[in-house]
Amino acid sequence: MDGSRREFLKLAGLTAIGATGASSVRASGGASSATGGHAEASSDGVRLAMVVDLRKFSRDGSLAERCIEACHRAHNVPDFGDDPKNEVKWIWTEDFETAFHSQEFHFIREDLKGKPTLLLCNHCDNPPCTRVCPTQATWKRDADGIVMMDWHRCIGCRYCVVACPYGSRSFNWKNPRLGLEDIDINFPTRMRGVVEKCTFCEERLARGQQPACVEVCSNDEIVFGDLNDPGSKVRQLLAERMAIRRKSGLGTQPEVYYVIDDPRTLQEFAPAAVVDGAEGGDHA
Amino acid sequence: MLEKALSGNRTYWTWIFFLLAIIGAGAACWFWQLNVGLTITGLSRDVVWGFYIAQFTFLVGVAASAVMVVLPYYLHNYKAFGKMTILGEFLAIAAVIMCMTFIFVDMGRPDRILNVFLHPTPHSMMFWDTIALGGYLVLNILISRVTLSSERRGIAPPKWIRPIIILSIPWAVSIHTVTAFLYAGLAARPFWLTAILAPRFLASAFAAGPALLILLALIVRRISSFDPGREAINKLAEIVTYAMILNVFFVAMELFTALYSDIPEHVHHFQFLFTGLEGNSTLAPWMWLSVLLAVVSLVILINPATRRSETTLILGCIAVFFSLWIDKGLGMVIAGFVPNPLGQVVEYAPTLPELTISLAIYAGGVLIVTGLYKIALEVRGQMKA
Repeated sequence: MDGSRREFLKLAGLTAIGATGASSVRASGGASSATGGHAEASSDGVRLAMVVDLRKFSRDGSLAERCIEACHRAHNVPDFGDDPKNEVKWIWTEDFETAFHSQEFHFIREDLKGKPTLLLCNHCDNPPCTRVCPTQATWKRDADGIVMMDWHRCIGCRYCVVACPYGSRSFNWKNPRLGLEDIDINFPTRMRGVVEKCTFCEERLARGQQPACVEVCSNDEIVFGDLNDPGSKVRQLLAERMAIRRKSGLGTQPEVYYVIDDPRTLQEFAPAAVVDGAEGGDHA
Repeated sequence: MLEKALSGNRTYWTWIFFLLAIIGAGAACWFWQLNVGLTITGLSRDVVWGFYIAQFTFLVGVAASAVMVVLPYYLHNYKAFGKMTILGEFLAIAAVIMCMTFIFVDMGRPDRILNVFLHPTPHSMMFWDTIALGGYLVLNILISRVTLSSERRGIAPPKWIRPIIILSIPWAVSIHTVTAFLYAGLAARPFWLTAILAPRFLASAFAAGPALLILLALIVRRISSFDPGREAINKLAEIVTYAMILNVFFVAMELFTALYSDIPEHVHHFQFLFTGLEGNSTLAPWMWLSVLLAVVSLVILINPATRRSETTLILGCIAVFFSLWIDKGLGMVIAGFVPNPLGQVVEYAPTLPELTISLAIYAGGVLIVTGLYKIALEVRGQMKA
């Protein structure tokens, strides 16, 4: 636990330096990054990724809800109650089969079947949303691969929402403050008419904190880190376990991974196959 | 020349004020939308583009279709279209302005529209569409103005305008191709992910646009001494016929590929359109009406006798126009969002303010066509007293 925190702080520090002060970028509208951005992910730099362990999530029925609450409270995400038309969400759940509906899971393990699965922006390595934006109001940050969003530049055309294959983006159909009871003054509220989404908590990373949803998880249910660091926890997990990504066939290279195997079963039947399975898996 | 649109008889002004009243109602709704947000439309987190963007898409086709009179006249020296070209170009101007207005009212932050030019982004198809549409508007204003003012002075148009007219021909094709690229390049939306989208857009444009032009020319003939000539109308009717046949053929290609391959995420969108999906069949009656109108129009247009008879031709043109309006101005955009990327079926129907704003933009287009056609007729001395 201690070791991973140290690794994480190191990583967060790198990220903040690489982004030339992430918080100032966000406040000033990210203009400097946006004009020079849109390069490929720095293969020798940091590539942030998230690994969600669905088996661990299935053991704690309320954990997903706590993750959502922590995120939405930290980012002033409005709650319009039972009004799907105006809904804004950064992280939410769908049952497992819906989350991976294009993969057609049938007759699956009981602990996955219909289980609420956390969904958020995948911070794709090859993001279709940034490609279509006519004003570079959304872009992939060179320093760590986070798909950023500039709410001061967005013209509200919603082309990015149309281009996202994961439904991860929300548009503010009305004034979001109408859906907020307490406002966290540490984070800006948005105005109506712009698109918003998860930013991997870039503002918390810049302060040396973990993303809000990761912080809620005390038992590594979500692991966050640098995919380019072979010793990182995310890499360890991906090497040892079987993980899938949403719609990986589209070539967007989503950077949120879902561990679906059951380590007990794998150990019992074929320990050697674990490694093979992981390497030949969906995340190659 | 613009002053010629500012004088007219009682009927002219009644018509103008009727259109202005509709525009006023739409403007009021738009100010409401500006204050409250796009929440007053039927759009939602899942169906983020709807009636506005669909009308934009349809009208880009109407704008592009001017090329169907310009090309034969200027490139093949087809004299019968001599009187029609100006009507086609003026229709294009009105259509492009309607397109731009539909985009504008769809924007969440219209106050930031200049960001598109302050941060030009070549990897966005929307950037190219802005250039294509803006350029096409400028081309058509320039061409129609220069040729009409030469005509007024009874001289041949200056030589330098000819290369610009020739440029407007591929440019017309480009506006609808790039508009198709807005949709056809998205991995997230299997319904639009088809190479035939741009050809299909062009075919439907070259059917619906000239069909509208025939109807407009016949209306103008009724209220003035302008006569497009039998030959021009017959030739335009043939163009509509071929384009409509091509369009139906392209739609059949789409249906075959999706239905025979039987890939669920392609099939589902067509199921939603024609039979309904998970109990949601809002568009099905419309789509079947579109099919029926397409069949009726083809029967009328392919048969030479009914194509040449003016009464049946008018019916055929109305059928073509509304069949394609339903297909492109309703089905094409909305079906791309249903089911959503998670496979869920969501409802969408435009709201009253959304429809009022849309109607007002159409009224604005009609107003522009009225004014510009009046100018053309005055210049030619064909206005009835």
